[in-house]
Amino acid sequence: MYSSLEKKIFDTVIKLLELAATDLPEDVEKALEKAYERETNPMAKSMLKSIINNVHVARKWKYAICQDTGTVIFYIKVDPEFPLLGKLPSILREATVKATDLIPLRPNAVDPFTGRNSGNNTGRYIPWIEWDIVEGFKALEITAVLKGGGSEAPSIAKTLTPAEGLKGLAKIVLETIFEAGAKPCPPVVVGVGIGPTADIAINLAKKAIFLRPLNSRSDDPNAAKLEELLLEYINKMNLGTHGVGGVTTALDVHVEYAYRHPASFSVGVVTSCWALRRASARIYPDGKVEFLSHKIL
Amino acid sequence: MTEYMLRTPLSEEDIRRLKVGDIVYLSGVIVSARDAAHKRALELLEKGEKLPIDLRGLAIYHVGPVVRKTERGWEIISAGPTTSTRMELYEADLIAKTGVRMIIGKGGMGPRTVEACKKYGAVYTIYPGGVAALAAQAIKRVIDVYWLDLGIPEAMWVMEVENFGPLTVIIDSHGNNFYDKIYRDVREKLDKEIYPELLSKL
Repeated sequence: MYSSLEKKIFDTVIKLLELAATDLPEDVEKALEKAYERETNPMAKSMLKSIINNVHVARKWKYAICQDTGTVIFYIKVDPEFPLLGKLPSILREATVKATDLIPLRPNAVDPFTGRNSGNNTGRYIPWIEWDIVEGFKALEITAVLKGGGSEAPSIAKTLTPAEGLKGLAKIVLETIFEAGAKPCPPVVVGVGIGPTADIAINLAKKAIFLRPLNSRSDDPNAAKLEELLLEYINKMNLGTHGVGGVTTALDVHVEYAYRHPASFSVGVVTSCWALRRASARIYPDGKVEFLSHKIL
Repeated sequence: MTEYMLRTPLSEEDIRRLKVGDIVYLSGVIVSARDAAHKRALELLEKGEKLPIDLRGLAIYHVGPVVRKTERGWEIISAGPTTSTRMELYEADLIAKTGVRMIIGKGGMGPRTVEACKKYGAVYTIYPGGVAALAAQAIKRVIDVYWLDLGIPEAMWVMEVENFGPLTVIIDSHGNNFYDKIYRDVREKLDKEIYPELLSKL
């Protein structure tokens, strides 16, 4: 039996997964509307129109925006003293199973050896959970992310020499977007991570996409400048919506970094399709819930 | 860029007049198939066996839908295209062996599919990726489903559609691949304009 706080968390997680799957966050929708307004290529413009119509239909009927409801990932920010901390992984897992059936989500967790689909979006390490333990936070903040499979195809982590540095990074980012072409469903959102090791860089790249709203710049001036340059030149490629040409290939670029090792300059690049699906809420120990990404009446 | 309203079964004449960049709204019967269904279909055909549905004149849709089972049967809730490049391995043989006239997906396909489309009179079209709730609105009913043992996304869903589109012709039956030109242009722009400018600023 669940305690009342456990039940509250469980229900909130299901709601977050429903919101993520069916209701595109406002910042993402605004970015798409802006892309539609400034588009000059008629093929791209007609596709952007379908995309925006689709967002409205999905929201109205509570249908999945995209049939690929992705891999379920939770970003957790939590106070170390928060009650039920140890139970959280099992609550997240059980809520994922329930949400898969209820919303419904497409079952997307597959055994890599046998090809067997678990049927409920859980499996070894899945849903994936990323922890951020923050002393004095006094709450539990859950961001539910549904990461589509197609836009994962171009993901890359590469360790450059410090001499290659930012120039090398820029080439990796643009070549990745070029090579991916229409496959990751552009206009994409690009996450770029820099760090001492390949795994740190790509982990930061993914966080850069999902833990910051679109149309926001890094609070670090160097990273912010890099974001603007990469965004400008990715869009100058004119690959466009679904690769048919046009002025918007990326809705935004986010850069996140860690201090590197003197001998290495690791770069990670991750893309999200235009259907960037995330939803977050803050839960307090007394059971109060605040939805952060969506307006809940 | 001409718009066409077409209905299955598609004839060779229907297909031959389509050019890259044209838009099609399709009505009739489409059949879903992803990696696993393509693989199984070709294995059966190689053994001389029949597929559960005759694909002649129909369209194959690269999709793994979200579905719900109700008292009235299966309901398709969300059904946008999946990336077609994964099916490049199989598609040319499937076109050759079944007489399917249209492939619907996203992301583009390669030279073997271009050849098969030219030789047998077929086209590859794209539906905007991720536009899945809207796509489901055009799917009027599930006629049948085969190979559920492959899992819901990989099964072969036979669906009736009404004005399904916009489908943009990316590979026509005359040997043209629209994406080839786009990628050539982008490559040239990257090397001649973008890199010299961008790298000088870093």
